[in-house]
Amino acid sequence: MGMACESQFHVLAVDDSLIDRKLIERLLKTSSYQVTTVDSGSKALEFLGLRDNDQTDPNTPSVSPHSNQEVDVNLVITDYCMPGMTGYDLLKKIKESSSLRNIPVVIMSSENVPSRISKCLEEGAEEFFLKPVKPDDLNKLRPHMMKTQKLRDQAQKRDEKIETPEIQLAPQSLVEQQHQQSVQIVNTNKRKTVEEGLSLETDRTRTRYNGIATMV
Amino acid sequence: MESVVRLQRQLVDYTASLFQEGYLDEQFIQLRQLQDESNPQFAVEVVSLFFEEAERLLDELAKGLSQENTDFKRLDAQVHQLKGSSSSIGAQRVGRICIAFRNYCEMQNVEGCLNSLQQVRQEYSSVKSKLETLFKMERQLSAAGGSVSSP
Repeated sequence: MGMACESQFHVLAVDDSLIDRKLIERLLKTSSYQVTTVDSGSKALEFLGLRDNDQTDPNTPSVSPHSNQEVDVNLVITDYCMPGMTGYDLLKKIKESSSLRNIPVVIMSSENVPSRISKCLEEGAEEFFLKPVKPDDLNKLRPHMMKTQKLRDQAQKRDEKIETPEIQLAPQSLVEQQHQQSVQIVNTNKRKTVEEGLSLETDRTRTRYNGIATMV
Repeated sequence: MESVVRLQRQLVDYTASLFQEGYLDEQFIQLRQLQDESNPQFAVEVVSLFFEEAERLLDELAKGLSQENTDFKRLDAQVHQLKGSSSSIGAQRVGRICIAFRNYCEMQNVEGCLNSLQQVRQEYSSVKSKLETLFKMERQLSAAGGSVSSP
């Protein structure tokens, strides 16, 4: 019996800059996410399995974990300024798609333009990060992915109840357990000022705090 | 044993000076922190990518500015890219000149652009040489048996 118990969240990172792709990939991997990087919005849509004429299947619930998506992506993080399809265009396409609209989308930009930020948030972006993205920014991602996980688990539960009503599943608590096993704490003291001298640690133990207290 | 301590001290002092003089900013520290046993050369790899990209962009900018009808939009996009990658590795001074450069592009001021290009070349050249020195010191330290993290 398949359960929506992912040991790792899968993030799709979109950026036309090779350097920034490398950075975001490394940052995400350090946070134990599975990462796929692509260099354009159109490749992102391709990866997400979005066809040009995305037809809505009336029998498929909109939050089904196994809808038109060919791969399971828990979050899309995209650069804003890209040639061709911008991050905003990509955001729009995702939110307009019945199969993809529940995937949380985060926008990154090197420019702090308030109208740009509000435009993206209004279109449904969960967060807007200024580049260069910091490890602390990534701490904001998990809640969005867990929220979607919850929706998927509920949909899964619904599907499974229809199929095998005698089996009691609690995928949410299992997911919760897995994440509590990886409770980590952010060490913000790593950043030393120039005056204190620099310590370039290559074997630091990074830890993060999982701020999720409850899952309904 | 003594040379490891000396090399370590030298590395710390040199790195500190780069920050004090504004060549590097906090993002460089972030970059170093992404390095670990599984990715021991991460910072060097990313900085090398930066060198490649910057040199290519500087050449293109020079070409663009030598043309009859300057395509300022294209120039601006290229400077934007250079600004982005320099800020991603913490090359603060290069990034700063790029801001001024972009303003000249917007004003379609060729003279201003040419000046900015010259400045950006100089700053790039300086930070490149300093980073190469830094990485060389690290290699020497590793070779002497020391580690880059302080005791």
